[in-house]
Amino acid sequence: MGKKYSCHKISEGTAKGEALVSADEIMFYLIDPQTGVVIEPGHDIEGKSMAKKILIFPGGKGSSVVQADGLYQLNIRENAPKGMIIQYPETVLVSSAIIMEIPMVDKVDPQFYEDVKDGDTICIDADNGFIEIL
Amino acid sequence: MYLTQEQQDMLNGKYGKGTAYAMKIQAAIGESFGAERMVPITRAHVALSNQEADLWFAEKLLSEGARCRVAPTVNPGFCLSYFKNRHMVSEEEASLMQRTHNAYKGLGAVLTYNCTPYVATNIPNFGEITAYSESSATPYVNSVWGARSNREGANSALCAAITGYVPEYGLLLDENRRGNILVEVKADMKSDFQYHLLGYMGRKIGNGIPVFTGLPKHIGPEALTNLGAQLNTSGAYGMYHIAGFTPEAPDVKTAFGGKEPERIVEITNEDLEAILEEISLEGNREIDFAMFGCPHFTLKQAKHIADKIEGKKLKKEMWILTSYHVKELADRMGITEVLEQAGAVIVPDTCPDQPCWSHLKGKVGVTESPKCAYYPKRRGMDFVIRDLDTCIEAALTGEVE
Repeated sequence: MGKKYSCHKISEGTAKGEALVSADEIMFYLIDPQTGVVIEPGHDIEGKSMAKKILIFPGGKGSSVVQADGLYQLNIRENAPKGMIIQYPETVLVSSAIIMEIPMVDKVDPQFYEDVKDGDTICIDADNGFIEIL
Repeated sequence: MYLTQEQQDMLNGKYGKGTAYAMKIQAAIGESFGAERMVPITRAHVALSNQEADLWFAEKLLSEGARCRVAPTVNPGFCLSYFKNRHMVSEEEASLMQRTHNAYKGLGAVLTYNCTPYVATNIPNFGEITAYSESSATPYVNSVWGARSNREGANSALCAAITGYVPEYGLLLDENRRGNILVEVKADMKSDFQYHLLGYMGRKIGNGIPVFTGLPKHIGPEALTNLGAQLNTSGAYGMYHIAGFTPEAPDVKTAFGGKEPERIVEITNEDLEAILEEISLEGNREIDFAMFGCPHFTLKQAKHIADKIEGKKLKKEMWILTSYHVKELADRMGITEVLEQAGAVIVPDTCPDQPCWSHLKGKVGVTESPKCAYYPKRRGMDFVIRDLDTCIEAALTGEVE
């Protein structure tokens, strides 16, 4: 049994995977669809792959079009994150996650951010409103 | 979130699978933002993009029987007749645009292919509840017209057009429309170009709803278009106020809802010069082409260029992107003829971030729009950013200062 933290559902479902923490906002247009690697120059997780990970980041940025297409291109190549944990939801990112059926949560117990680190194995259960670090 | 019987019926499939899918997405958005109910919309604008995800979503909704209850205007892809007839796109690229056209036609959209509906074809009234995607459109309808829209994505706006409803949260509610950042503009706002640069100050302005002071008494639609477009290239803004000018900001105090600003930011000439230097390629070089119309140019802007280049010959390609109706007026008024005689092209229905520009890959352009310079980067186009008259001069001489 790992440590559990409360959260709030944005996009339904459950996911389990390796944690990848980004201090910067994410624009999914500047992720290589073939690998899931962040190619945005100067980005906090530049050079790291988000493929099949649980991506922990503040929120999204970029025009209304680029988020959906970026996430779609990752998703059809199975390089999208398995789940997403965010702090600042906005409509563009939220609708993209719902349509691509990627579990997403926000309003996470602040203690989670103290405890989580890259490489932790994390379970998200959006439907029941909790995250677990295994 | 409370749903009426009709909304519940939509969700349960009584109006078909496509409508149920659209309602499911919107209900999930509403739940995630803590909306209490859904409210009807009377207008929508969808940021059609002619990209794979856009087509996938539109075709999925269409094949599942969805039709728009509120016919939305749509953003540009590329002008199929122009670029296909000149063999400037591959068969595959032409087919993508054709399928996008067919899908949106089937859904019942108004096929305007124009990113500035808010200046001509789809203008809301004060207080009207709408769903606008396209990052330059949302701030315009909220701020300039006083209508209400959240910063919709292309897909959520299309869902709203299909169901005719939006979840009530964010900028639809009075309490979320107040300013929280005071932006004191000390820069000389001498042309529409300065509004492009002011909009690009998102990093300095910070997150929230800016209230601008110190701007001239009259601000035209081109300047306001530029401001909103660049605010959403450098950041994410659904709304701004201009004290004494926009309808929900008769004065500074009202704009802040009687509260004190959370932040005060000053913007000077030096700030605008610094941001220009940061986002533009260096000048003093030869250029390959000029591109204008991101967002789409108005008739006034097209005529301004025609007046400047009448009777002259351009050394470099010049592309002026505009709406179908401005193109039609330009044709009627002889503006198109003047432009074409000088070697410029005015083309409707087209966006800079489209596959039709493959011949410009690896080349250096000039533009007055930072947004035009930003998104086509991944298509291998780079830009020097200058004010419009300097760009026109560059297309005439082949060099930019």
